Amino acid sequence: MSRYILRRLLWTIAVVLLVTLVTFVIFYVLPSGDPALRFAGKQPTPQVLAQVRRDLGLNHNVVIQYLLYLKRLVLGDSHGWPGLGFSYSTGAAITPQLWQRAQITLQLVLGGAVLWMLIGIPIGVISAMKPRSLFDRASLVTGLVFISTPVFWLGLMLLWLFWSTLGWLPGTGFVAFTNNPVQWAQHMIMPWFTLALLFAAIYARIIRANMLDTLGEDYIRTARAKGLRERRVITHHALRASIVPVITLLAIDIGTLIGGTVIIESIFNLQGLGNWVLEGALNQDLPVTLAVTLIVTIAVSMLSLLADIAYAYLDPRVRFK
Amino acid sequence: MSVPLLEIRGLSVHFPTPDGVVRAVDGLSLAVERGETLGIVGESGSGKSVTFLAAMQLLGKGRAQVQGEILLDGVDLLTTRPAEMRRIRGARIGMIFQDPMSALHPLFRVGDQIAETVRAHEDIGRREAAHRAVDALRQVGLANADERAHQYPHELSGGMRQRVMIAMALVLEPELLIADEPTTALDTTVEAQILEIITEMKVRLGIGVVLVSHSLATVADVAETVLVMYAGRAVERGPSIRVFADPQHPYTWGLLDSLPTVDARRERLVPIAGSPPSLIDPPPGCRFAGRCPYRFDACDGDLPDLIERGGDHADACLLGTADRRVVRRHPAHTTAPGAPA
Ligand SMILES: Nc1ncnc2c1ncn2[C@@H]1O[C@H](COP(=O)(O)OP(=O)(O)OP(=O)(O)O)[C@@H](O)[C@H]1O
Ligand SMILES: [Mg+2]
Repeated sequence: MSRYILRRLLWTIAVVLLVTLVTFVIFYVLPSGDPALRFAGKQPTPQVLAQVRRDLGLNHNVVIQYLLYLKRLVLGDSHGWPGLGFSYSTGAAITPQLWQRAQITLQLVLGGAVLWMLIGIPIGVISAMKPRSLFDRASLVTGLVFISTPVFWLGLMLLWLFWSTLGWLPGTGFVAFTNNPVQWAQHMIMPWFTLALLFAAIYARIIRANMLDTLGEDYIRTARAKGLRERRVITHHALRASIVPVITLLAIDIGTLIGGTVIIESIFNLQGLGNWVLEGALNQDLPVTLAVTLIVTIAVSMLSLLADIAYAYLDPRVRFK
Repeated sequence: MSVPLLEIRGLSVHFPTPDGVVRAVDGLSLAVERGETLGIVGESGSGKSVTFLAAMQLLGKGRAQVQGEILLDGVDLLTTRPAEMRRIRGARIGMIFQDPMSALHPLFRVGDQIAETVRAHEDIGRREAAHRAVDALRQVGLANADERAHQYPHELSGGMRQRVMIAMALVLEPELLIADEPTTALDTTVEAQILEIITEMKVRLGIGVVLVSHSLATVADVAETVLVMYAGRAVERGPSIRVFADPQHPYTWGLLDSLPTVDARRERLVPIAGSPPSLIDPPPGCRFAGRCPYRFDACDGDLPDLIERGGDHADACLLGTADRRVVRRHPAHTTAPGAPA
């Protein structure tokens, strides 16, 4: 088990290194023209350009440039760790903003993930227990509705209904949990649902399919032949086997969402990574785009490492491969 | 005479399907006594598994139409309420299946799987249940039972897994053990060991055993009584020595003749020509008629039932005894001309 984890860890480190190289090539080397111009924002003064050259070491050759880039990442810079420099358009350091915004996005995505699992698993299980039943059909249709509803429309409808019409929930914005937990939850609940309904629908279908497969397995017949209660057969034997393959999927989805909740963050005015990357793109603020790209890719590989460890823990057959 | 441990009377199991009703079992009767092993033999699809899944109420709600009686100690299992049936499964009837790899849950330790059976029926703690599991593993002759209990199915060999299944089926000392092709997935040396363990446990616990198999030879070794099934019907039943030495039904002949034997005079391998009839709207008359080299007019009449021919030996063939002796001595190994394949 520990050898397996070590191997996966080394592999992840290699992947992360590769990611730094690829991002470097994409942002520094591939585009034509002066890299300093691209990093410096929309209308740079000669002083800013000179500072960019100095900060990024653009006078050196590419290899040294990459090593400097790597060094800033690994050891940090004057603005914190990892060293991601400075936004020459807004005049703000990248790293502190990154951490702050990542927190908000993580709260959105992880809360959403918990919610969609809480909705998706029971629906998937109950549908599988009585396939083609009224419940199964109803959940299929409802799921299709959520899968095909555009996220921005869903978000706006929630806002319209619960904020402007019913007045049950506060509108947009973010309140830190540490400031006021109740208001935090009140502000997050609509973004969470907007995110979760789509995924709950997808996950319910996946879990239903996995459950139907598992329920046909011989070991389920054995569990019944042992005289177990049907409840235990479902929750202990069938669900356990059906949920393991979902873990990898969950990790990938969470990883992708960390950089991809642009729409929800915009609708609900959450100052997370998605909003940031949008601003960065509009302002041609390359350091921001680079930072988010890098962090999201690293987050995806970390999550897949976590998923593999969880998988090995839950499925003994993996450990011995 | 006391009631048999298990008695099946006129059992029919029909599956409604889009293509028609599949008559998987049609009017089957049998009995198993305490301390007795009943061997059930027949080709794939003859209804062996379906019969005993019906007895366990494991066919799935509403998927099968089951008629007749399956009496455990005189009580009909088919009319037993599900909650009561759950208490019977595992506690009074233990069941083991063909492929011990797929029949054990891959994600749980084997000891835990056995302990779970105990805890489903008895109100005891985890530790004690775990002890019982290790004990059960020891009883079926698994070396290092304490360590094995902590392993997962994929860490064990096929034979060990089947021992685990046996331990699991017998941990509560049921009255009846149903072993559905317990050795089909194993090689022959392991097969012998597994059959030995089953027999040993039968003697030790004084239980009744149903041993389902493809192979008449396997069954004849360990079972006192043999029942031969074909296409959902019983075609021959009797003490296994007699059925093996003096088979009466042409289907049983076919089963025996398709065995490779070491006997020099009969060194031949004759598979039964043709394949079993469709169980949807089977033709009237003997189900085996389509493949029987000795078919005659009467075979297409009514479905023949088992008829006792003395010595507790019964068969469902319409051939006269004298004719049988003749054709057995001069066998025709091809399907009769004109008979549907
Ligand atoms: N759920 C079902 N729906 C329709 N037909 C079924 C169903 N279950 C079993 N059958 C049919 O019932 C017949 C008997 O099946 P069964 O599994 O009892 O055979 P078997 O004698 O155990 O064969 P094997 O030696 O392959 O295990 C088969 O023809 C099978 O196709
Ligand atoms: Mg079978």
